[in-house]
Amino acid sequence: MKTKLSVLGRVYTFLIYFFLYLPIFVLIVFSFNSSNSRTIWSGFSLEWYGELFRDSVIMSSVYTTLLVSFISALIATVFGTAAAIGFFNMRGKMRTHLLNVNNIPLMNADIVTGVSLRLLFVAAFFALGRAFGAINGFLGTHLPVSFDLGFGTLLIAHITFNVPYVILSVMPKLHQSDRNLMDAALDLGCTPISAIWKVVLPEIMPGIVNGALIAFTMSIDDFVISYFTAGSKTQTLAMAIYSMTKKRVTPKINAISTILFTTVLVLLIIVNIRSLRQSKNNDAKQKKGILK
Amino acid sequence: MSKELIRLKDVSMTFDGETILDNMNIYFNDKEFLTLLGPSGCGKTTTLRIIGGFLTPTSGDVIFDGVRINDIPPHKRQVNTVFQRYALFPHLNVYDNVAFGLRIPKPYEDVSSVALSEASGGKKRKKKLSETEIKSRVTEMLEIVSLKGFEHRSVSSLSGGQQQRVAIARALVNQPKVLLLDEPLGALDMRLRKDMQQELKRIQKQMGITFIYVTHDQEEALSMSDTVVVMNAGKIQQIGTPEDIYNEPKNAFVADFIGESNIVDGIMREDNVVEIFGRKFRCLDKGFAPDEPVDVVIRPEDVDIVDVKDGALTGTVTSVTFKGMHYDIIVDFKGFKWLIETTDFCPEGSRIGIKIDPDGFHVMKKSEYSGMFGDYSSYSAEYDEIGDVEYEESSLEDEADEV
Repeated sequence: MKTKLSVLGRVYTFLIYFFLYLPIFVLIVFSFNSSNSRTIWSGFSLEWYGELFRDSVIMSSVYTTLLVSFISALIATVFGTAAAIGFFNMRGKMRTHLLNVNNIPLMNADIVTGVSLRLLFVAAFFALGRAFGAINGFLGTHLPVSFDLGFGTLLIAHITFNVPYVILSVMPKLHQSDRNLMDAALDLGCTPISAIWKVVLPEIMPGIVNGALIAFTMSIDDFVISYFTAGSKTQTLAMAIYSMTKKRVTPKINAISTILFTTVLVLLIIVNIRSLRQSKNNDAKQKKGILK
Repeated sequence: MSKELIRLKDVSMTFDGETILDNMNIYFNDKEFLTLLGPSGCGKTTTLRIIGGFLTPTSGDVIFDGVRINDIPPHKRQVNTVFQRYALFPHLNVYDNVAFGLRIPKPYEDVSSVALSEASGGKKRKKKLSETEIKSRVTEMLEIVSLKGFEHRSVSSLSGGQQQRVAIARALVNQPKVLLLDEPLGALDMRLRKDMQQELKRIQKQMGITFIYVTHDQEEALSMSDTVVVMNAGKIQQIGTPEDIYNEPKNAFVADFIGESNIVDGIMREDNVVEIFGRKFRCLDKGFAPDEPVDVVIRPEDVDIVDVKDGALTGTVTSVTFKGMHYDIIVDFKGFKWLIETTDFCPEGSRIGIKIDPDGFHVMKKSEYSGMFGDYSSYSAEYDEIGDVEYEESSLEDEADEV
């Protein structure tokens, strides 16, 4: 009975992973196809990868993606870490409420986040244009009165959706650390700021790095929110791929998707290995604690 | 003994409407080993954190060397703390942990000048120690706590006792005037605890500074301290030398908390005569009003067992527990059960007489604790262990709270 079930279970598992990864596998295989057919294999070639690197639209979108991912991950990490430390030092209900609010954007549909950010930007631009117009009329200056969505808004949007991930990844590290560490540093003569710098940050650094990696991955991966906030002139890689599918589809898409998939996969593997190693370390520490 | 160093004046502390400290007045002398002793939740740790600067009292003054320091943050106080579960910095090795405080430029030499310079807005000159000076001080300190040769070990590789020593060295290397210790031995096993008690006492003598020690363990408090402060429910119950506290408890709470006590209702008939169970006994206490109702403490070891016919009181043995050095027996006197320590074996159910010398009685005025303690009706041999388990659980809860 048991073996029967486990055979069934194995088949089931296999089928799930088969259907999950088959499309990606096909995509990767055909990215190396020498003809531009998407159904008939006609030999191995790196032609589409070469063409990809010669395509200036794609290359500039890759540049935009990397830039926005890097900067937004960096800023979100700083903000998120500061917020996490702040939340952690709060007492009681306020902390729970704030953490719940922090989690909402994570579960919110991307499209809602995207549309609402776009609406916010447009409204802010309108108000800013009005204000600048009034100042111009008053002082005779030449401040700009109209603004477009672009890299700036894209960046703000990415920071916005990245911060919660950082908080979520730093928080557990704070919980694991000894609450008295901060007090001990103060006791030994640190100012509160230098206590955070010298004692708290080194202690939660693994969580911070993980948060940054997750934020970076999320940024590279994002399409929907970028689509609503990047405006017409700025394009991320995901947006470039989307617009390519609207025209004639070439295997270039396979090639670029393969690269994107691999990048995200590698990043996620790094994040997972890191957290696995940390939890092992913790287990070891806890065991030691019990033994002594 | 010597001059006063710290004074808490009318200090009260409330959290969310709950009173933790209730109008506390106490002073700490220089070079003294003082222990704050009490059950968990009595406010002893809160008192320590107020002195350390981690909490500001709701009302009252904290005075250090004659200067009010209520608003001076911890990093500007000449006080260092050994925390519960040590709070060592895991990312630093033993040497760097101990050197941590020395590497921070210190603007002042002592706290009183801090307060003065702050008050006058005076300029602060920061003093930074050279690495060679730091090295010699860290090395010296590691020698004092017997951790020479451990400099480059990671703190997580150390045993509990060793971590404890690092925590003490880390605090003491800054040459504080006062060392605060918050149940520092709570996480150690019995044997290590006994060793560390001796060690702490030795270090305190060697360094010649004030130790303020918080514990719930009365044995620890009695064996280490110059002065013991017994606390309960945010109030000081009694301050005194260990001998005073044991021999002359002020009320039923102290008598019960420190050691074992039989506490019975009595009437002070006249000076040196107390009546319990309707019989008059000679005692050494005086100064009470005639016929004043009192609490009478009789320590289990002060009761002599004699033949029924010679006994001033007679009772029935209801339980016998072998304790190694002696037997703990519970004796029923007219429905009131006493604990008696004796080296003579009395079988369960036997009738015995007892005799108590005048110095075996300690008479106390009635207090809010009268009638709450000192009856051994529900005594069981596991009593002590249960007490310990309660502590372990509460410390585990703390831990769970932190995770």
